[in-house]
Amino acid sequence: MARRKSLVVVTGVGGRLGQLLARRLHRQEDMEVAGIDRRAFPRKPADVEHFRIDIRRKAAEDLFRTRQVDVIFHLGLMHDPRQGSGEHHTWNIRGTQQILEFAHRYGVPKVVILSTGDVYGPAGDNPAFITEDAPLLGAQRFAALRDLIAVDMTAQSWFWKHPEIETVVLRPAHILGATHNAVSNYLRLPRPPVLMGFDPMMQVIHEEDVVAALLAAATPGIRGVFNVVGPDALPLRTLIEVTGKQPLELPHVVLPAVVNRLFQMRFSEFPAAELDYLRYAATLDGARAREILRFKHHYGVREAVAAALRRDIFDGAVEGPRKKARPRASVRVG
Amino acid sequence: MPRRTLQDRYARFQKIGLQAATQLQAFVGAEQERPLWKQLSEEAGEAAQDMAALLLSGTWRTPDDEVDRRIEQLLQGQHLGEFGVDPFGYAPESLRVMVPVMDFMLRLWFRAECFDLQRVPAGRVLLIANHSGQLPFDGAVIASAMLLEHEPPRMPRTMVEKFATALPAFGNLVYRSGSVTGLPDNCRRLLENDECVLVFPEGARGISKPFRERYRMTAFGHGFMRLALETNTPIVPIAVVGAEEQTINMFDFKSLARILHTPSLAITPLMPLIGPLAMLPSPVKYRIYFGEPLKFEGDPNDDEAIIAPKVAEVKNAIQAMMDRGLRERRGYFV
Repeated sequence: MARRKSLVVVTGVGGRLGQLLARRLHRQEDMEVAGIDRRAFPRKPADVEHFRIDIRRKAAEDLFRTRQVDVIFHLGLMHDPRQGSGEHHTWNIRGTQQILEFAHRYGVPKVVILSTGDVYGPAGDNPAFITEDAPLLGAQRFAALRDLIAVDMTAQSWFWKHPEIETVVLRPAHILGATHNAVSNYLRLPRPPVLMGFDPMMQVIHEEDVVAALLAAATPGIRGVFNVVGPDALPLRTLIEVTGKQPLELPHVVLPAVVNRLFQMRFSEFPAAELDYLRYAATLDGARAREILRFKHHYGVREAVAAALRRDIFDGAVEGPRKKARPRASVRVG
Repeated sequence: MPRRTLQDRYARFQKIGLQAATQLQAFVGAEQERPLWKQLSEEAGEAAQDMAALLLSGTWRTPDDEVDRRIEQLLQGQHLGEFGVDPFGYAPESLRVMVPVMDFMLRLWFRAECFDLQRVPAGRVLLIANHSGQLPFDGAVIASAMLLEHEPPRMPRTMVEKFATALPAFGNLVYRSGSVTGLPDNCRRLLENDECVLVFPEGARGISKPFRERYRMTAFGHGFMRLALETNTPIVPIAVVGAEEQTINMFDFKSLARILHTPSLAITPLMPLIGPLAMLPSPVKYRIYFGEPLKFEGDPNDDEAIIAPKVAEVKNAIQAMMDRGLRERRGYFV
């Protein structure tokens, strides 16, 4: 008589981290994995179910209604500020609200939400170790982050609204890997731009380490907010040195205006507010995750950078299976 | 009307000049019986001779093997990441290139004389000093003395105003040389790592005060005392005598400072002639007095009324050393 396999739902399973997480989960004997994502899941393992639906739709509810879900990993957040801002906003906030609502309605005991370390935001007066209690000021200069902060807050409100659900919020440092996020894209530039006279401390983490943290967060009994930090922080220019590239030194006085214009004209992938990341540090304190999650990173800075620079394996939302990765238009900044 | 002769004009200029000199002397404060200009020119001559002798003999430079030994000793006590940088951005190796500048400031330009430098104990310690001189050369000179003259060498971790750490180039320089943004959390972590932390409790108030208020300390912040109580750290009071006269702040151009987003904007006598260069310090002689370590006990979260007398004790110790320094010195430049 076999025990019921536990059912794990992964939202945003078509994204790089979703795929990695699903692959890790499906190898475990006692687990069934169901993914929700509008995007495709190329080279999907056969025993992973994939529902190509929008989590905001009624159809998503059926999954929770008909089957007993044990863990939800909510990775289906849009981080890309180039998506239309209205869509971005409702997707992230309503999507998260919906997931939490399902968890409450259908008695899911555990929800793990992958927020981001960006919620704190870079600033000249940040402490060198930002703890989980720090105010979420990420949107003070970078308005596109508002919805990600709202998501984080919504999840936090669940701690006291529904104490019966173990809600975990993870806030990882800059994730490096074969994915399209701001910092990985930045390091792939032929000459990553830096601001003259500024060399802030940066924290990067390998994508596999983030997956390991997600799995650790699913341990029964774990709840709360955790910063997820990889190897020791290092100066931005040293990070670029690790890639073997030459930084492009730009004056910080005129740059924001130029970059903003380029962004508006869609010549650059970086809104000017992101320049703050090249100027000020936002380094997290990972002590809580080390103590409570027993999370320890496995990959160093060099491995994380290598993972970001290895481009052949993944290219965002590839339509259809087995399609060869298209090289995306290279980014032109400055 | 007879035409004015050349002699008349000369006499008139002389009179105006004399009046100006008298007024300047009144402004500067006529403590001495000798005319100020005479005293200053004598002192300048003596200082120039001293500097020339130091330059010719080369004794102002720390020998290379001595620098190596000191940096080596610094590295031993420090937990650094893979890339030789600590989480605050401190890179002891980068001090090597700064040693010549430190030598220049410490031994040649300010000819700093340190009294009882060895009173700074091993282990965690808070250095509390008066702040003066418009630009923070006092901090740089104390740090240089601790690195180049104290045994064993120590690099004080200076708590720097967040305005300054956010400046291009300067911010970078201070981070790499061990300074941190002046936040209680940063200070607490450094003390827990048994570091030597340098704090100027007067902050921007103290450094930017006008010339007529020299050697009158402004109000001390109480934060350092709470941190000392919390981390059980001894306090070494430090009085810097001489720095007050390095840059003469005639008045603080507050409205312009607000426009430029600086805490203050000192107008110095030479500013109409040489502009911002007038902010550079004149080669005054520094006298730095290190007091006996003070130990305090009590609840770090006590009322201000209970913390205040403890802070006053430190301030009084600094005041006593400052009075001694003012009594002992022969002049501003010698």
